[in-house]
Amino acid sequence: MANQPPVRSFLQAAKSEETALPLRVVQMEGLVILKIIKHCKEFSPALVTGQLLGLDVGSVLEVTDCFPFPIREEDEELEAEGANYQLEMMRCLREVNVDNNTVGWYQSTLSGSYQTVELIETFMNYQENIRRCVCIIYDPSKSSQGVLALKALKLSDSFMELYRNNNFTGEKLREKNLTWVDIFEEIPIKVSNSPLISAFMTELEADTPVTQCDYDRLQLSTTPFMERNVEFLIECMDDLSMEQQKFQFYYRNLSRQQSQQQAFLQKRRQDNMARKAAGEDPLPEEDPLNPIFKPIPEPSRLDSFLVTNQIANYCNQINGVAGQSFNRLYLMKALHEN
Amino acid sequence: MALSDRTVLQFSSPSGPALSVKVHPVVIFNICNCYIRRPDQAERVIGTLLGSVLPDGTVDVRNSYAVPHNEYSDQVALDIDYHHNMLMAHQKVNTKEVIVGWYSTGFGVTGGSALIHEFYSREVPNPIHLTVDTTFTNGEAAIKAFVSVNLSLGDQQLAAQFQDIPVDLRMAEAERVGYELLKSTMVDKLPSDLEGMEASMERLLALIDDVYRYVDDVVEGRIAPDNNIGRFIADTLSSLPKMSPAALDKLVNDSLQDQLLLLYLSSITRTQLSLAEKLNTAAQIL
Repeated sequence: MANQPPVRSFLQAAKSEETALPLRVVQMEGLVILKIIKHCKEFSPALVTGQLLGLDVGSVLEVTDCFPFPIREEDEELEAEGANYQLEMMRCLREVNVDNNTVGWYQSTLSGSYQTVELIETFMNYQENIRRCVCIIYDPSKSSQGVLALKALKLSDSFMELYRNNNFTGEKLREKNLTWVDIFEEIPIKVSNSPLISAFMTELEADTPVTQCDYDRLQLSTTPFMERNVEFLIECMDDLSMEQQKFQFYYRNLSRQQSQQQAFLQKRRQDNMARKAAGEDPLPEEDPLNPIFKPIPEPSRLDSFLVTNQIANYCNQINGVAGQSFNRLYLMKALHEN
Repeated sequence: MALSDRTVLQFSSPSGPALSVKVHPVVIFNICNCYIRRPDQAERVIGTLLGSVLPDGTVDVRNSYAVPHNEYSDQVALDIDYHHNMLMAHQKVNTKEVIVGWYSTGFGVTGGSALIHEFYSREVPNPIHLTVDTTFTNGEAAIKAFVSVNLSLGDQQLAAQFQDIPVDLRMAEAERVGYELLKSTMVDKLPSDLEGMEASMERLLALIDDVYRYVDDVVEGRIAPDNNIGRFIADTLSSLPKMSPAALDKLVNDSLQDQLLLLYLSSITRTQLSLAEKLNTAAQIL
């Protein structure tokens, strides 16, 4: 095969460890892809998660195995059980020589609505324990159209820093020059298979010139998918306008407070002038106990950023599907004309 | 003459009608992976197959896990604790998957297999035994499934026979992912929506060309006509809905308009977003 993975000597690997290369590629085994798809599909439309195991080699994160989590219940006792399950599973897998190193987690999503605060929180949790971690998102609803909807995501470093300080005011964001585009970083995915599996698949591949994937792709009806997408988009718009209202409310309050402060100061100064003329001590200008000097907390922009991200995602999906539909329609037209 | 006095040598037939096995590709992948990661001295790996038995007797194998074991000349030691732990863990995730049998790498059935099979018979009635030839003994990827049939003399068990049953590989799932991804040892990039579409269209075009060529060849007498193929082609052609060009034009154009509208809406949304973004971060506190 022409493009063999570059062989790294141990020394090279050790050297790159020190410089801590940025994560460039996620290399997944075919097995992991199939396992993720199986788990996500069997439970669709419920959303499921699982753990990714693998190795961190230089700028490549190799995902060599994974295991599913049971569906979470809102119960503390069961949560502890979940942690036990995780440890138990890792222990068991180590016994059969599976890479025993967590590199992240995977989760399924519905039409790409994964940009949530929970995702960020999970990410931060993982990030505390492992230096490099990644989240694989799989969308089972899209796979019925012949698209392998796998995505590898991580949070950008600058965003993580802000999140740790919980600082999402306009000023800080301007300082960092962080926009909603910069929250998530998508990492390209590579797929690797062991030569044994490659041999098996070549041997087992059916001779049919048409695969299931082709049928799925050439399916003309995309309306339900589009409809749902647009519905989600509209919901997101509502959310966004709510967020905007929050900001407007905040700014209105802020300007009212500022004018009150101005009026108060002016009055105070006049009073003080009068007091001076009468030979009394002036009153202090700034009074911390005065309610009108209490700063109004600025609402966090995180939510609106996330909503914006989702909207952008939906737009992308709509564009993608519409592009495919164009192709299909022209194809159909050409077929009929023939 | 008392019939019951006679001792009968008999094969007890496996319960139910002709069994067959459906194997999902993830199982094959898992077995291969386990084989690659087997311990140094181990010749083969064995493990448990999970899945379900369909109403018609077909065994649907959907999942698997390896079980550590040791093999001496004619003894087999299976880590039963491990097996049970793993089973519990898998059942926590998916309660519908139960033990349906066990697998082993290697070609066909070997001596120790009977012992392991007996163990699994205690776990579940009529387990199946799947062998995957990871060493390509015969130069092919042989995947075989067996059920065990007991040979008994009266009440006395003499031996067990492994009987071959048909295996059906459920490759549709793998096809969805794409053979290109699963076949080669390294793929640099996942295909995007439109690239996949292009590949599919090219394949369709190639198929249509093939059909054209065949029909032309037949018409010009180069190939002997085959009625079956002719019927298939006729069926395919008649499956195209018959409609007037005007109606078709309208249909296509309407759909195009719909898609264009959606595109327009999504682009306008995006423009709005980037505008809002600029305004939001540029807005100075009064």
